[in-house]
Amino acid sequence: MCAGEEKRVGTRTVLVGHRPVSETDAYVAQKFCDNRIVSSKYTVWNFLPKNLFEQFRRIANFYFLIIFLVQVIVDTPTSPVTSGLPLFFVITVTAIKQGYEDWLRHRADNEVNKSNVFVIENAKQVRKESEKIKVGDIVEVKADETFPCDLIFLASSSPDGTCYVTTASLDGESNFKTHYAVRDTTVLCTHEAIDSLAATIECEQPQPDLYKFVGRINIYRSNQEPIARSLGPENLLLKGSTLKNTKKIYGVAVYTGMETKMALNYQGKSQKRSAVEKSINAFLVVYLCILLSKATVCTTMKYVWQSNPFNDEPWYNEKTKKEKEAFKVLRMFTDFLSFMVLFNFIIPVSMYVTVEMQKFLGSFFISWDKEMYDEEIKEGALVNTSDLNEELGQVEYVFTDKTGTLTENSMEFIECCIDGHKYKESISEVDGPLKYYGKAEKCREELFLRALCLCHTVQIKEGDQVDGLIGHLEHRSTYISSSPDEIALVKGAKKYGFSFLGLENDYMKVKNQNNETERYQLLHILNFDPVRRRMSVIVRTITGKLLLFCKGADSSIFPKVQQDEIQQTKAHVDRNAMDGYRTLCVAFKELSQEEYDQIDKQICEAKMALQDREEKMAKVFEDIEANMHLIGATAVEDKLQEQAAETIEALHAAGMKVWVLTGDKMETAKSTCYACRLFQTNTELLELTTKTVGHSERKEDRLHELLMEYHKRLLQDFPKNRGGHKRSWMLNHEYGLIIDGSTLSLILNPSQDSSSSNYKTIFLQICLKCTAVLCCRMAPLQKAQIVRMVKSTKGSPITLSIGDGANDVSMILEAHVGIGIKGKEGRQASRNSDYAVPKFKHLRKLLLAHGHLYYVRIAHLVQYFFYKNLCFILPQFLYQFFCGFSQQPLYDAAYLTMYNICFTSLPILAYSLLEQHINIETLTSDPQLYMKISDNAMLQWKPFLYWTFLGAFEGLVFFFGVYYLFQNSSLEDNGKVFGNWTFGTIVFTILVFTVTLKLALDTRFWTWMNHFVIWGSLAFYVFFSFFWGGIIWPFLKQQRMYFVFAHMVTSLSTWLAIILLIFISLFPEILLIVFKNVRRKAQEHPLSSCSLKLPAITAFLGVNKSNIQIENQREVGAEGTSRGHPSSPASCLRQHHPYPNYPIHATNQKCPL
Amino acid sequence: LLSAGIALPLFFALGLAGLAVGLGLHFSSGTIRELELDYTGAPRSNHDCARCTNASATSGPCLCTLRFELAEPFPGPVCLYYQLSNYYQNHRRYGVSRDDLQLSGDPWGLRVANSLFNDTFTLHRLVNGSFMPVPLDSRGISWWTDSNVKFRNPELVNGSLATAFWGTAKPPNWPCAAYLLDAGNPNNTGFVNEDFIVWMRTAALPTFRKLYRRVHQGNFSAGLPHGTYRLDINYSYPVLPFKGTKKVILSTVSWMGGKNPFLGIAYLVFGSACILTGFVMLAVHIKYQQQNQMDED
Repeated sequence: MCAGEEKRVGTRTVLVGHRPVSETDAYVAQKFCDNRIVSSKYTVWNFLPKNLFEQFRRIANFYFLIIFLVQVIVDTPTSPVTSGLPLFFVITVTAIKQGYEDWLRHRADNEVNKSNVFVIENAKQVRKESEKIKVGDIVEVKADETFPCDLIFLASSSPDGTCYVTTASLDGESNFKTHYAVRDTTVLCTHEAIDSLAATIECEQPQPDLYKFVGRINIYRSNQEPIARSLGPENLLLKGSTLKNTKKIYGVAVYTGMETKMALNYQGKSQKRSAVEKSINAFLVVYLCILLSKATVCTTMKYVWQSNPFNDEPWYNEKTKKEKEAFKVLRMFTDFLSFMVLFNFIIPVSMYVTVEMQKFLGSFFISWDKEMYDEEIKEGALVNTSDLNEELGQVEYVFTDKTGTLTENSMEFIECCIDGHKYKESISEVDGPLKYYGKAEKCREELFLRALCLCHTVQIKEGDQVDGLIGHLEHRSTYISSSPDEIALVKGAKKYGFSFLGLENDYMKVKNQNNETERYQLLHILNFDPVRRRMSVIVRTITGKLLLFCKGADSSIFPKVQQDEIQQTKAHVDRNAMDGYRTLCVAFKELSQEEYDQIDKQICEAKMALQDREEKMAKVFEDIEANMHLIGATAVEDKLQEQAAETIEALHAAGMKVWVLTGDKMETAKSTCYACRLFQTNTELLELTTKTVGHSERKEDRLHELLMEYHKRLLQDFPKNRGGHKRSWMLNHEYGLIIDGSTLSLILNPSQDSSSSNYKTIFLQICLKCTAVLCCRMAPLQKAQIVRMVKSTKGSPITLSIGDGANDVSMILEAHVGIGIKGKEGRQASRNSDYAVPKFKHLRKLLLAHGHLYYVRIAHLVQYFFYKNLCFILPQFLYQFFCGFSQQPLYDAAYLTMYNICFTSLPILAYSLLEQHINIETLTSDPQLYMKISDNAMLQWKPFLYWTFLGAFEGLVFFFGVYYLFQNSSLEDNGKVFGNWTFGTIVFTILVFTVTLKLALDTRFWTWMNHFVIWGSLAFYVFFSFFWGGIIWPFLKQQRMYFVFAHMVTSLSTWLAIILLIFISLFPEILLIVFKNVRRKAQEHPLSSCSLKLPAITAFLGVNKSNIQIENQREVGAEGTSRGHPSSPASCLRQHHPYPNYPIHATNQKCPL
Repeated sequence: LLSAGIALPLFFALGLAGLAVGLGLHFSSGTIRELELDYTGAPRSNHDCARCTNASATSGPCLCTLRFELAEPFPGPVCLYYQLSNYYQNHRRYGVSRDDLQLSGDPWGLRVANSLFNDTFTLHRLVNGSFMPVPLDSRGISWWTDSNVKFRNPELVNGSLATAFWGTAKPPNWPCAAYLLDAGNPNNTGFVNEDFIVWMRTAALPTFRKLYRRVHQGNFSAGLPHGTYRLDINYSYPVLPFKGTKKVILSTVSWMGGKNPFLGIAYLVFGSACILTGFVMLAVHIKYQQQNQMDED
């Protein structure tokens, strides 16, 4: 009888079926939320105010609202329509988009909330809407139905009390997971039976972790002590997952509605913001300053100018009564506001809309990319957020996982060793019979293979096809497991004659070499966890023997076995690790019945614990897995992903630093790093591992010595004046750093805090100077720690994390850009990522081509927007000097309003979506181009100033060009004169044509769409001007523009002036382009350029190519030469570590089987 | 797109085109005759109009005359402009009070109309010792669309424009009511009066010219021959209070409008700049090529 007595705050008590269980125990009725899922943000009633409030929280929208209000309240030169209309447009479009999205969410919610479920009430099945389920209700779920809330699994139609569940919609893992009913309620599989159950469930309050659940059920039977049973995640059926292969189940609702784990998981993914947005905000401040200074200058000048009474109030232009009566300060203030309003177009509303649209539409190009489509999984890239597109072009640090990311994560059993004897299949006989090398005793071999067959959590998924022959059934079945290693091991054992047939009623069936089926009662599974790095099973043989089999990493097994057994196996393990194989050691121990009872009790107690269950379990497991006997080791090969090496190399050449963060052991990781060319043969390795630091008490001092030594070495190699060459490749030496988890935690969390931060910075400096860093044996949280550490260094470099497993999620979330691989370890990584790609090699195109292009596009978009609004407003500002600073607008209100919305918006949008200033092939094949845009190069102050000067120059040309044109008495051949609106229209026409043609000059990649929008916009402008001037508009007080445009185009002088001024405006730009072309042409000359071209690639091709082992036979791209016979560094190393011939120990251990 | 092979010819072509247009414009501008006559009559100047600056509105219109010589003939059509300076017709307060819907039918009260320029001019030529009047055409000085569509008189009441304007005050500075502008001509009175329409097209800059009359009729259809002329000015528009000036301009027109050296010069400069750049580019190009050849050798 094991019962934990903790009753603490933070747990909830659920009465199963709402039945009070005893009179003595008075349960305080807790209130739980109903089962309604509300993912929608708005209701019909609060949509308008809430949505508006949220939209105006954005600083830009708020600014425009203020401008609009000023226009409404104060007598301003332009009508409120000019800023109200664009604002209204923006707000409406956003509101419609958000409203639509919310409507979809409402619909999805309703679908879930209104779906029918069956609840057992008074022994009857009652049909209810899903949202009516209350905590404590007993719910019946049939096969292929989705669980309506989080249920504790009480009973199932299958007699063994299990059910199969797929969590595809929760975490994307499509394999069937087995869940277990509470043992004592398994039999209650009818309405009546389940209704008679009197029980309470105590469990923790809801928390989002899908894989954690701690609870306890107390079952009350008449006149008996209540029975308490522990509840774990295996008893919890999560809302959103689907029941499979089981007719029906009964469960009691514990978490409902917004408290289900699924609902909790949909919240709280923090928003990442890109660096470009920060630049935009900086520029915005500059333009705001320009705006304010313009308004200030004009206001000051106005009052200076008005100090002459004949200017202030000439007889023909008397002040209104209101003007005369207003206080001077108030008048100045209103004047200031009026000028602000007049010039407010310098900060464009539409830029935000265009940026949003560019990002939204642009992200489709990633998901549409056919090159990133993977035939195997029939999926392409996935974009979870479009906010970070341009960040892909700015990456400086790449943190990558190893297993499943750099490697395929498709494991293949290569060899094993039993008692120090190597067993390896000859390649010629792939499915041949087991090769007995006769080295180890037969019973040891069999023990080893049985261990492989029993010590795992592999399930068998039976295919639909059953070849039925009389008395003989052969299942087409496949192994499924969350760990590909286990599958490889089970398959490996099968090759040697022992095959696992599945689990049936707690009995594991194994077919041995003689085709006999052996049955083992599975008593306990001591699950794998990344801290222990082991897993064990306890089984009872038919003969009643109790055995514990354990497998795990060598470092976690060796301390737990007899020390004299280690030696012979260790040599194998080390050699296998050198070859880049993943090794596991297998150990066993025999348990006596007393020992087992003890263990059983301990495990049961730990499982019962409501608090700190994990720690307690780990502690118990740690105790159980001791004093074992080592049997042997296995080696499993994890193939490198195709083009992993080329990709890493390209990333290096693009100036990125690649860090490998892996949970794997150092030797394996190191050889993978060599294989994927992260380390080259001439890379000097600095090691900070337990090996170099040692285990002694003084390890911290030793570590500090090492740090200082490495630091000194690096400083000698990097003279201080190299500061400018941040991403220089012309180094004498390349350094690589290897560090492991325990050493890292020594550095990051030192025991004595004296001078520790100093070492932390030294460590960081070392890291930043190394071209490649390998961090092995990392816990998931340490991965995130490293990313955070690099992220917060000086200059806050842009980091990217890429990984495929649940253990990479923390670093994916931590980095600026998180990339998930749609790998074999479930979908958690890709769910939490910003972008998900099928393979590591796709990173190359994603960064070098897409990222580069997105960055260039958005940078150009931002600069262009500021530029075009500067040269739009500058003439208006200059005009104030010629109209007595009276806030007279130069352009008509329609032009003011439409400039950013209609006339100049689409060309830049099309440009920012389609531009490929360098074609994608070149970008992908020449990684050095990536460096050109590093450090936010296109949004630094220098290019910003260039654009600003360009805008100012053009604004000056527009205004003064037309000003001097207007010194003429007449521009028409009949001597008639033009007025101020013609003046503005001429300036505006030049403006629209110039900024559009400027964009045309910048466009390197013309598609029909570019042609359409560029020439279409100009045509539309002309058409609109004719139309706008062609009608007397009844709603306008003044028909300013009536036939102004038509008159303008009848004047030849105006034509000539427009053409001339457009040319003059574009002249510097054309000049610059031509000079750049001439210079580039000179540089492209073969002799002067070859030395600059891809030093890393050429160096590699020349020197290292033949030395590097690539797992998958491919041709090295650029040169087209195939590798002959690779002699891998591993194989070189092999000669230095000759296979040791340990004498076979005469094992005096009995064969237990 | 713009490689040296395309850019060099482009620059030369652009330059030549610019020079050609510039020369054309410069030549055209040179043929245009223009004569400026300042009649502001600043107090201490010995101008005939100086005496009118002190005359009050009550004493009736003040007449002054201006004699001038045309050394060479002005080919027709000759335009007579008046020019005001330091006059902010583009001031927002000035323009904002107008309401064009009123001008197509309803009465108004606004600054632009109120300050209608009301100096009038007549031109005489000395022929055989006596001054013969030069016929000045007051029609066709405004945009056709303005005088025929945009500006409309109110509906006649009982066949009389005066009754239609009944009850509306005349602009305070006007000597007469709107319906009495060019009273003799029913098509040129009230809102559709062309002088009024020209005035209502507010100028872009504080110094501006507005078309007053055109000379293209009778003996002067070929223009104004050289000789002595007399301009009679009915001086009533005060400009000295705001330190402005008034001028009368006689100008011929060509295809490019009035005299404006700016456009021609700008084209010439632009053309020369293009050609200069072309040469520089050529030099750079040749230099690079030589360098490359040397490198190859």
